[in-house]
Amino acid sequence: MKRISSAILLSVFLFTTVAFRFQDAPLQKVPSVQIKSMDGKMINTSEFANDGKPMIIDFWATWCAPCKKELNEIAEVYGDWQKETGVKLIAISIDDQRNSPKVKPYVESKDWDYEVYLDENQDFKRGMNVNNVPHVFVLNGKGEIVWQTNVYNENGGVEKLHDVISKVAKGEKPE
Amino acid sequence: MKKALLLIPTFLVGFISFSFAQTSLNNVAGGQIHGNFEFDGQYYYPDSLIGADTIPEKALMNGWGNINYTNGNFSAGIRYETYLNHLNGFPDGYKGTGIPYKYATYNNDKLEITVGSSYEQFGSGLILRSYEERALGIDNAIEGMRVRYSPYKGIYTKGVWGKQRNFMSTGAGIVRGVDGEINMNELFDSCMANIKTQVIVGGSFVSKFQADQDPFLVLPQNVGAWSARTNIIRNKVNFSGEYAYKINDPSAANGFIYKPGQALFSSLTYSQKGLGIYLGLLRVDNFSFRSDRTASLTQLSINSIPALTKQHTYALAAYYPFASQPNGQISWQAEISKKLKKGSKLGGKYGTDISINYSAAYGLDTTNLNDMGGKRLGYTSKYLSIGDTLFYQDVNVEIFRKINSHLKGTLLYGHFIYNKNVLEGKSNYPYINADVVVLDVIWKLSDKLTLRSDAEHLLLGGKADNKEDHGNWASLLEELSIGDHFFVAAMDQYNYGNPIVDHRVHYFSVQGGFSKGTNRIVFGYGKQRQGIFCVGGVCRQVPASNGFTLTITSSF
Repeated sequence: MKRISSAILLSVFLFTTVAFRFQDAPLQKVPSVQIKSMDGKMINTSEFANDGKPMIIDFWATWCAPCKKELNEIAEVYGDWQKETGVKLIAISIDDQRNSPKVKPYVESKDWDYEVYLDENQDFKRGMNVNNVPHVFVLNGKGEIVWQTNVYNENGGVEKLHDVISKVAKGEKPE
Repeated sequence: MKKALLLIPTFLVGFISFSFAQTSLNNVAGGQIHGNFEFDGQYYYPDSLIGADTIPEKALMNGWGNINYTNGNFSAGIRYETYLNHLNGFPDGYKGTGIPYKYATYNNDKLEITVGSSYEQFGSGLILRSYEERALGIDNAIEGMRVRYSPYKGIYTKGVWGKQRNFMSTGAGIVRGVDGEINMNELFDSCMANIKTQVIVGGSFVSKFQADQDPFLVLPQNVGAWSARTNIIRNKVNFSGEYAYKINDPSAANGFIYKPGQALFSSLTYSQKGLGIYLGLLRVDNFSFRSDRTASLTQLSINSIPALTKQHTYALAAYYPFASQPNGQISWQAEISKKLKKGSKLGGKYGTDISINYSAAYGLDTTNLNDMGGKRLGYTSKYLSIGDTLFYQDVNVEIFRKINSHLKGTLLYGHFIYNKNVLEGKSNYPYINADVVVLDVIWKLSDKLTLRSDAEHLLLGGKADNKEDHGNWASLLEELSIGDHFFVAAMDQYNYGNPIVDHRVHYFSVQGGFSKGTNRIVFGYGKQRQGIFCVGGVCRQVPASNGFTLTITSSF
């Protein structure tokens, strides 16, 4: 048991040391995970791209009321955001087999203009270290994660997201 | 197990040392370390009135952290989990601390190999789905190896071989499975380019092995199951269906009968701008499939049979939830979602969203064979016939409307019929008829303040005998978001209709929280019931509780 503990301790120590030295390292990118489009096509998440413009990756589920509120709120201003910043929103549904067939009818009924994908067994959710939904990531033009939040703040959360992508589109660092 | 535990850190240390030796630190930094953490702690007060037991430890905790390393096509990671001791209501198998989840994956030219723990789903999960629902204590990861390979565009194959996670160790049986999927339009790109119909077909085979040590019965040591599926899409219509078959698999779950199992799961949807229609059908006959034939509850399930009902988010609408019945059920669901246009008479200035949902689940039409002293086939069932026993029914309407830039709200009405005998294993309990109304209003008070009020009511109807259950409930939640980072909330769920007058209890609770970036800290005090609970903009599954709670989550 002692050997195990010391091996674990040592590896944690090394991890932490390396992690601290990593601060100057390039920012985290999206991992390579297979997910499905709403039409059943296999898509690799590392291929997400938006011509050097910012991207939003938004994890949601049909059973998550705050997630839907946020995405519906963004839907009202999404056209303006796109004109302003060229941003693309990618909505990742973590609905499992119980609800995933309902995602497409829901999305179409709300007339969302987003790219929507299904992460049925939550491989991408794990890959992006998402604890709970909603969880929103903002990526810069190089596909690096520059900002994230794991709550929907009804008190101006969407405006805040707008500030962030405006800054990122200009190449500035978001708060 | 100990050896396995030792291997991973040794491997990681080895890998990092190797990288140090090879290159400077910055080049090691070509890889990245990331992960997430959660701590859930609770201080308990005994409360005999609501049935909260005395907790000898007084305070309990669940905690875990994922640490992942990725470098190009390589990734490896561990999850450290600690339960000292596990939260009340969490499965008892979670004891102590350990690293039950660890993996390393290499991905090269369409071939991906994983050693260690993996989560995998074949098709819709009827014969294989390993997954995690950590808040509920479900984790049936397959520990062994997994390979995924895509030889041509449009062909996707994968295979798993391993033992399933059983709390802090692994179960007795071995699971082996292969799955293939062909996207016809991608594969025959040149000749199908102009065809509007998109066709995907797939199939899986899964086999489990467990030694037969039964002194009386001759049990199959290898149990095979197969499935076939298709997904056909044309314009606005999308059909998907999967059929699965399993050879005889006597187990504790089915009372050790030798009848083969079958399952069918299909859905048909129609979607266009502003309108979505969904129809779902599920028939399950003797389809509990576990890697240990003695396992029970959520333990060591190889497959996953969904509950074909709406997954409610509001507390009282989720009060009588349906639990999937893998031993036998036939269920269907229909849902229509419609957006009434902006500026129209019914839609109002901002438009209105309406969703109508209906679901029902029945038992199968079966004939008992009374052959437990002989062939032990148990029963026969008519495929196209529906049994007499209603398990569950839910009819609900949800309307969302924005009134003006400061005010918007959701109104939900649902009628539920709940068979407590089947769903909770009671006997001679009458059907429960419940009507639930929810009004959820968001009111933007100022630039810095938003108030959410969620008022709910549950009314038991039907026969007077229903007084045996907990009676009527009223619930009110007030949640105030302050600035960018803070929220406070207070909730009272009042069981005012409880037939036992002394049990007419107020379940009162308060919460306060702070979140910034990916850090989130929430304090709570009070009583909570089990269910999906959404507060402060986050939803999660919570068990019943009474006392102080502290939750910390973070990711990096």
